[in-house]
Amino acid sequence: MAGSHADISKHVRSYMAVFAALAVLTIVTVAVAQFHFSDVGNVVVALIIAGFKATLVASIFMHLKWEKSISIWWSLGLCGIFFLALLFLPVLTANDHPPQVHMGTWDVTHQVAKSGGH
Amino acid sequence: MSGHDHGSGRGGHHDHEHDLHHELGFWRKYVFSIDHKVIGIQYAVSALVFLFFGFCLMMIMRWQLAYPGQPVPIIGRFLSDAVAIDGVLRPEFYNALGAMHGTIMVFLGVVPLLVGGFGNYVMPLQIGAPDMAFPKLNMLSYWSFFVGCVVMVAGFFVPGGAANSGWTSYAPLSVIATTGQTMWLLGMVFLITSSLLGSVNFIVTIIQLRVKGLTMFRLPFFVWAQFVTSFLLLLAFPPLEAAAVLQLMDRLAGTSFFMPSGLVVSGVPQDFVGGGNPLLWQHLFWFLAHPEVYVLILPAMGIVAEIITNNTRRPLWGYTTMVYSLVFLGFMSFIVWAHHMFITGMGTQISAFFATTTMIISIPSVIILTCLIITLYNGYIRFNVPMLFALAFLPMFAIGGLTGLPLGLPASDIHLHDTYYVIGHFHYVVAPGTIFAIFAGIYYWYPKVTGRMMNPALGKIHFVLSFIFINTVFMPMFFQGLAGESRRLYDPTVYEHGVQMIGMRKMSSWGAWMLGLSQLPFILNFFMSIWAGKRVTNDNPWEATTIEWLAPSPPPHGNFAKVPTAHRGPYEYSVPGVKTDYFPQFAGAEA
Amino acid sequence: MSTAVLPYTVEPHPVTGVYSGKLGIWLFLASEVMLFGGLFSAYVFLRVGAEAAGSPAAWPTHEETHLSWVIGGINTLVLIVSSVTMVMAWASLKMNDFAKGKMYLWLTAALATTFLVVKLAFEYWPKFQHGLVPAKNNFFGIYFTLTGLHGLHVFGGIVVILYFILPGSKLWHRDKEYYANRIECTGLYWHFVDLVWIFLFPVLYLL
Repeated sequence: MAGSHADISKHVRSYMAVFAALAVLTIVTVAVAQFHFSDVGNVVVALIIAGFKATLVASIFMHLKWEKSISIWWSLGLCGIFFLALLFLPVLTANDHPPQVHMGTWDVTHQVAKSGGH
Repeated sequence: MSGHDHGSGRGGHHDHEHDLHHELGFWRKYVFSIDHKVIGIQYAVSALVFLFFGFCLMMIMRWQLAYPGQPVPIIGRFLSDAVAIDGVLRPEFYNALGAMHGTIMVFLGVVPLLVGGFGNYVMPLQIGAPDMAFPKLNMLSYWSFFVGCVVMVAGFFVPGGAANSGWTSYAPLSVIATTGQTMWLLGMVFLITSSLLGSVNFIVTIIQLRVKGLTMFRLPFFVWAQFVTSFLLLLAFPPLEAAAVLQLMDRLAGTSFFMPSGLVVSGVPQDFVGGGNPLLWQHLFWFLAHPEVYVLILPAMGIVAEIITNNTRRPLWGYTTMVYSLVFLGFMSFIVWAHHMFITGMGTQISAFFATTTMIISIPSVIILTCLIITLYNGYIRFNVPMLFALAFLPMFAIGGLTGLPLGLPASDIHLHDTYYVIGHFHYVVAPGTIFAIFAGIYYWYPKVTGRMMNPALGKIHFVLSFIFINTVFMPMFFQGLAGESRRLYDPTVYEHGVQMIGMRKMSSWGAWMLGLSQLPFILNFFMSIWAGKRVTNDNPWEATTIEWLAPSPPPHGNFAKVPTAHRGPYEYSVPGVKTDYFPQFAGAEA
Repeated sequence: MSTAVLPYTVEPHPVTGVYSGKLGIWLFLASEVMLFGGLFSAYVFLRVGAEAAGSPAAWPTHEETHLSWVIGGINTLVLIVSSVTMVMAWASLKMNDFAKGKMYLWLTAALATTFLVVKLAFEYWPKFQHGLVPAKNNFFGIYFTLTGLHGLHVFGGIVVILYFILPGSKLWHRDKEYYANRIECTGLYWHFVDLVWIFLFPVLYLL
């Protein structure tokens, strides 16, 4: 990302702005955690704020806002999908249980007699 | 055009290039080389040694299966008391042989050979590049692999012997297992690191270093296969690395990530606080291990595609479809993993999800196989040794794939899980599937690497014997599995049906030993031909169309005297209006 | 002309628009996302499946974790500032100011070291002294594993930054753009390390 001095100076301003935003959001994260919504609610709120912070870091500090390479975007996209699969599918399997089926007892002698014995 | 470096005329590029043109000493040229070809050969030779070693481990195991409780002949007297009593394998050692056979064949044999060996050597040549994008990283990748191999094999020499909890290292058994399991975990960390460094290198190389005119859809199918495989390795291996760290913590720091509460082993309550879940290990393990099996097959399909199109003198039928299938297959491979866990108590909804994705993933495999078969239609088929192996791959892979279907459906899997049916299924895909593709690739690219041909008569003997005996080993296993015979069982005769299956086991065992002997013509041929093989008269003895055949045989440092350009697609065979029956990618406008 | 020159190590590829190192580091970061993803997945799985209160294996309450959001918050800010100094180092180099760039790199390394010192001295050590070790329960197990692995990544970053300040700085005098690119790649890695912490902090300290 070669840029002129003017470009880079503009970027420096945005770095400082992002820094301020991140500092504020960190304080918000802690403040919001003092309230108890529900178990899930707290998680969602915390992750939303963290997600917002992450977006700022990724787009401005890591220059993704100006990134034109589709290879990078594809890689990140696929990574994101698989990350979500890894995060949620295992816990979904843990919470899905087979139905309780009562089959009664197998009457083996009866079955054998019916087939003529063996 | 033999290996001299050309020294002058680099001018302003001096700052950016590696200083490749002063003479390197022995160590920098042959041991710590950053040349992708040397590294490729290092990977290939190491991997072939490990394939042989892993095969030997299994040949020992098969004695116990065919002749339970009897001393192993020939080598029995050399086995120490730790592993065998008067030559009769101890059960723990049998389990170690099984776990290490699987681990070594997959992680130290097949993948390093397919990706590290073939991928490293051939891929840069096929895209016209002078080397990989990150040559030093490439070297680091090999040496990380090497350290991993040493640590893994060192497991055999620690008290308690090598890892013996299956190549799958399921908790809680693996957590309470002996020291060898720690070596397995540490070895895996090095192997995974090697893989990750390698996959970054492959992806960047393929994206950035293709020569002019070589668009993505003009790439040889082999390169596409390596590309998708690298994404699988890049994104699927890290969760296993995380899991290995967690298991190391359980073993060394006493954590309970995988240890349930109240675990009692042989009457002894285990000293863990508990609260963990063995299924967590299974999820993290299979998240890698399923894409891993596609890592085992995709480059093999790539090799087979190259050889089939070359020896039918026709383009690949449905190239674009095959590429899309490859990419779709790679994507789907990340969301099928729990089909290895159908009987762990998963409910019907989530099982249905994974069964559905598993059924869907069979479609692209079938498409690729079908396209390869259709390519043969109306072809002028040359039955040379690479082609024999490539042709055999097709029905063998079909059997392997089809036998996977009852395993992917929960209802039938309940009966077949953890039986010999599973072993038969996956070995058909990897052994007469992938390993045949590997043989095909070795016979095919040998002249490029060495400048000499392997002996075709020995090659044909190798093929016929291997084909017969590999089927002898694995075909009975489907029947054993249907009869209910469990895998990983030291003495199947503890069960009535196990007693009845002794004939099948003997057949597999004798097949295995004969298969081992059948490799002798290959080993002989491989080494003899280095010095005594027929020299090639030109750089393109197979009259192929892909760019690696433009380079000298063997290629010098830097590969090509002049940067090639791609003028057309990769498989322009039997083009109307062209004098020869092949029109190479790198040839100029006229034939 | 010999082909033994690797193109696009510095100048960007005309079609993809990036130089090879940048693409490489992004791919590496994707794999790192999956690595921490594996550990986060373990956290979710273990927490959802944790035993009810009363059992020694139960998930601890906030008080029982003895995690101070003050210390965690301070460390969060330390890392955020280090991310700023890191990107400023790169920006200074692109504006041809090597002295300023070096200063920012020193600052980044110093802040990163502060992070580790705070973690080890004020978090790990007191916990070990009170028997709050990884084996105590799965919260502490995953806490130490996640922060430990993250800490190792911070340490790795410090090593790389020090390399570029000291022996590696010779590259600036050979090829300014190449050096700046390598600092950019180091920066991408560094921001990722910051990113992981941005998620670790609320998950471990607040939830």
